[in-house]
Amino acid sequence: MTIAGFFFYLFSLILVASGSLVITARSPVHSVLFLILAFFNAAGLFVLLGAEFLAMILVIVYVGAVAVLFLFVVMMLDVDFSELRKGSARYVPLGLLVGAILLFELLAVSATFISAPGAIQPLAAQPISNAAAIGAVLYTKYVYYFEQSGAVLLVAMIGAIVLTLRHKRTAKRQDVAAQVGRRREDAIEVVQVETGKGIS
Amino acid sequence: MNAISPIEAATGITLQHYLGVAAVLFTLGVFGIFLNRKNVIVILMSVELMLLAVNINLVAMSAFLNDITGQIFALIVLTVAAAEAAIGLAIVVIYFRNRGSIAVDDINSMRG
Amino acid sequence: MYPAIVLMPLAGAIIAGFFGRILGDRVSGILTSMLLLASAVLSWYAFYKVGIQGEEARVVLMPWIGVGDLQTSWSLRIDTLTAVMLVVVNTVSCVVHFYSIGYMHDDDRQPLFFAELSLFTFAMLSLVTANNFVQLFFGWEGVGLASYLLIGFWYHRPSANSAAIKAFVVNRIGDFGFALGIFAIYFLFHDVNFDTVFEAARHANSPTLNVFGYQADALTVICLLLFMGAMGKSAQFMLHTWLPDAMEGPTPVSALIHAATMVTAGVFMVARLSPLFELSPTALWVVTLVGATTAFFAATVGVAQNDIKRVIAYSTCSQLGYMFAALGLRAYSAGIFHLFTHAFFKALLFLGAGSVIHALHGEQDLRKMGGLRTAIPFTFMMMLAGTLALTGFPYTAGYFSKDAIIEVAHASHAPGAEYAFWALIVAAFLTSFYSWRLVFMAFFGTPRDEHAFEHAHESPPVMTIPLLVLAIGAIGAGLGFAHYFIDEGYAHFWRASLFTLPDNTILSDSHAVESLLMKWLPTLMMLGGFVLAYAAYIAVPSLPAWTVRTFKPIHAFLYNKWYFDEIYDWIFVRPLRFIARMLWVYGDGAIIDGLGPDGISARVAGLAKRAVRFQTGYVYQYAFVMLIGVTALVSYFAFLFRGALFKL
Repeated sequence: MTIAGFFFYLFSLILVASGSLVITARSPVHSVLFLILAFFNAAGLFVLLGAEFLAMILVIVYVGAVAVLFLFVVMMLDVDFSELRKGSARYVPLGLLVGAILLFELLAVSATFISAPGAIQPLAAQPISNAAAIGAVLYTKYVYYFEQSGAVLLVAMIGAIVLTLRHKRTAKRQDVAAQVGRRREDAIEVVQVETGKGIS
Repeated sequence: MNAISPIEAATGITLQHYLGVAAVLFTLGVFGIFLNRKNVIVILMSVELMLLAVNINLVAMSAFLNDITGQIFALIVLTVAAAEAAIGLAIVVIYFRNRGSIAVDDINSMRG
Repeated sequence: MYPAIVLMPLAGAIIAGFFGRILGDRVSGILTSMLLLASAVLSWYAFYKVGIQGEEARVVLMPWIGVGDLQTSWSLRIDTLTAVMLVVVNTVSCVVHFYSIGYMHDDDRQPLFFAELSLFTFAMLSLVTANNFVQLFFGWEGVGLASYLLIGFWYHRPSANSAAIKAFVVNRIGDFGFALGIFAIYFLFHDVNFDTVFEAARHANSPTLNVFGYQADALTVICLLLFMGAMGKSAQFMLHTWLPDAMEGPTPVSALIHAATMVTAGVFMVARLSPLFELSPTALWVVTLVGATTAFFAATVGVAQNDIKRVIAYSTCSQLGYMFAALGLRAYSAGIFHLFTHAFFKALLFLGAGSVIHALHGEQDLRKMGGLRTAIPFTFMMMLAGTLALTGFPYTAGYFSKDAIIEVAHASHAPGAEYAFWALIVAAFLTSFYSWRLVFMAFFGTPRDEHAFEHAHESPPVMTIPLLVLAIGAIGAGLGFAHYFIDEGYAHFWRASLFTLPDNTILSDSHAVESLLMKWLPTLMMLGGFVLAYAAYIAVPSLPAWTVRTFKPIHAFLYNKWYFDEIYDWIFVRPLRFIARMLWVYGDGAIIDGLGPDGISARVAGLAKRAVRFQTGYVYQYAFVMLIGVTALVSYFAFLFRGALFKL
C-alpha cells in the first residue's frame, strides 16, 4: 500500500468514527468538537484528491465559522445536556433498516460507476495549482453563480439579524430625527431670577 | 469502460473508495436526524455532515474526471451550507427564547 | 249557456279559494251558493230543452291534446243523459251549499270549504259533460281529489286523515283499472272521442286483445277494466271499504259527494258507455253480479250499525248496487232513474241526519238518541219523507224507481237475473228494516240521554229550507218523471244518449209482468221491514238486546262489516307495509344510502381520521417519513435499473 493509500484509510476511518460520535455523543459540546474533527479529516481527503485550495477553504469556513457558531449557540442556550430523553425507541429498528437499505443502494450505485466516453477531460498541459484552476473558471464561466452565492450570504445575514434582533425598550437610543428637529424655543427658556429667590 | 485515472495509478485508491466513504457519511447524517432525542442542534449538525458527504462526492468526481466544475459546485455548496447553518441556528435561538426548551420531543405544535 | 253551467262553480271555487280570507265567511258562502243556484236553474232549463224539447248540443271549448292519433279537446256533450246528471248534480250541490252556510257557521275555514265544494261540483260537471275519455278521466280524478280534501277537512283529527287517504287509495285501485281500460280503447280504436269510439265499436268485428298470452274479447276486457274504475268510485262490493270511513267528513260533504254525486259517477259512466257495454254480455253479467251482491251485502251490514251516518252510508252503498244491477240487466234508464230519485231522498236523509247531529251538538250514536220528534218536529217530518221514499212507499219517488229495478230483475232472462232478483228482494226487506230502525231509535221512545235531549233545538231556516226542497223531490220526482225515464216517453226522452241493441226489450218486458204478487212483492217487503222494526224498537224494546245476545257471532259478523277491513289488512296492508319497510330500511337505507351518499361520506371521514394520525406534530417523525420517502424513491430507481446495478 502506498503512503497516500494509507493516509486515505486513516483519514476515512477517523472521519467515519467522528461522524458517528457526533450523533451519539452525550453532550452537544462534544458533538460539535467531533464535528470539527470530521471537517479536518475531510479536508485531509480533499488534499489527497489534489484540491488543496478547497481543503483550506473547508477549514477556514466550516471549522472557523460554522462550527464556532454552533459552539456559540450551544453555549448560549441553557441546555440541560445531562438529560437523555427516553423517547420512543420503537422507531430505531425501522430507522436502522431504512438507513441500511439506503446505504446499500448508495454503495451499489457507486460501485457500478461507469463514465460516459467523453466525460473524462484531458489533463492540463502544465499542472497548475488548485486555486489557479478554480480562479480560472470562477470569474469567467461561473461568474453568475459566484454573484448569486454572494447574494445568498447577504440574505442569510439579513435573515439572521431580522430573526433574532430584539429592541430593548430600556436601552437608550439616539433618535437622530428628533435631535435635528429640535427648536430653540423648546431647548432654552430664559428666566429672570431675583436675587436670593431661586427658580420655582 | 473506465480508464485508469492518474490518481488511481498513483495511490491504488479508486473512485469507488471515495464514493463509499461519502455514502457512509451521508447515512450517518441521516441517522443523526431522526435517531436523536436530545436536542435540535444535533439535527443541524447532521445536516452539515450530509452536506460534507456531498462535497466529498463532488470533489472526488471532479478529481477523477479532471473536471474543475465539481469543485466549483462544492464551493457553492459550502457557501449555502454556511448560510443555512446560520439561519437554522438563528431559528433555534428564537425557538429557545420562546419555548425555553430545545428537546426534540417537545416540538409538536404542528399537530394536525 | 252550457259553458256557463259548467264554469260558474269553477269561478266560485277560484274566488272563494283565493280571496275567501278577504271576502270573509258569509260572503264566500253566499257567493258560491248563488253561483250554484244560477247553475242549477240553468240546468233545469237545459233539462227541459234537451230532454223534453229534444235539442241536443256539442260545444267545443278549447283544443287540448294534439299528438299524432291522440286528438282531444275540452268539449261538452249535451244530450239527455248529460241533462239529467246536470240537474242532479247542480240541484243537490246548490242545496248543500246553502245548507252548509248554516251547518258550518262555527268553523273558521269556511271559505275553503265552500271553495272545495264548488271545485268538486266543477269536476263532477266536467265529468258528466265530457265528450271524450280523457276529459272523463279528468273529471273522475278531480272528484276524487275534492273528495279527499273534503273528507279530511277537519284535518286535526287523525281518523279524518286516515279516512281521506283510505278513500283516495281505494279509488286509485279502481282508477288503475279505469286507466288501463282507456289505454286499451286507444290501442284498439286509435281515438278517445266518444262519437268515434262508439261508432267504431258498433262496427268492430269482434276484435281480441292479448291478455297474458290469452286472446280475449277486446270489448269485454275493456268494459271489465272500466267497470273496475266504477267499482272503486261507486263503492261496490270489494272496493267499498272507503265509503263508511268517509263519514268522517262534515255531513254536507257526505250528502253531496257520498250520496248523490261522486258515488254515482260510476253508474253514470256505465250508462254513458252503454254502446260499449251492450256489446259485451260477459261484462254486463259481471256488473249485475257485483251490483246485486253489493245491494245485499251493504243492507246486511247497515242493519247492525249504531252510528246514524254509517247506517245511511251503507244504505247508499246498497242502493248503488241496485243501480248497477239495473244497468247490468240492460235497463240503463231504470238505473239512471233510480240515480235521479235516490239523489234526492238520500241527500235529504243525510242533511236531515246532519240536522239531528247539529241539534244534539255532535252526538251521532243512535243508542244515545230518542224521542226527538217532539224536540225537532220539522226535521222529523223531513226524515220521515226521506225514509218513505227510500223504502218505496207507494207513489213516492223510490217506489217508482226501486220497484222498476226489481221488476226488471224478475223479467230478465239474462244470466244472473234470478240471483239479482232474490238479492234485491231481500235487500229491500232489510232496507226497510234499518231505515225504520233509524227513525224509531232517533225520534221515538224515551230519550236515552236526557242531557242532550234538553238542549236539542231546531236548525235555522238556511238549513231547513234545503231539506224542504229535497223533500219535494223525494216525494214528487217519481210521479213527475217516471213517464219520461222508464215509461211511454222513454224513446222520445232518451233518444240516442242510451244505446241499446235491437234485442233489448227489457223495459217493455218488465212493464208486461202480469203477476200481481210480483207487482206487490216489493211493497210487501217494505211492510215486513216496517213491522219488524216497529216490533223491535217500539213494541218490545228488549228484543234487539236479546237478538244480539242470542246470535252473537252473526251480529259480530255484520257489525264488523263482514270483517272486510280486517281481511284486507291481512292480505294487502301488512305485506305491503312489510315490503315497504324492508325496502326502506335495507334497500334504500343500507344499500343505496350505504353505497351512495352516506357510505361515501363515512368512508371519506374514516379515511380522513386515519390520515390525520400522520400529523403528529413531532418534527422528527416528519423527517423520518421524508427519509422513508427518499429511500423508497431510490429503491424504485434502483429496481428500475437493476440490470445495470449488479454488473459489478
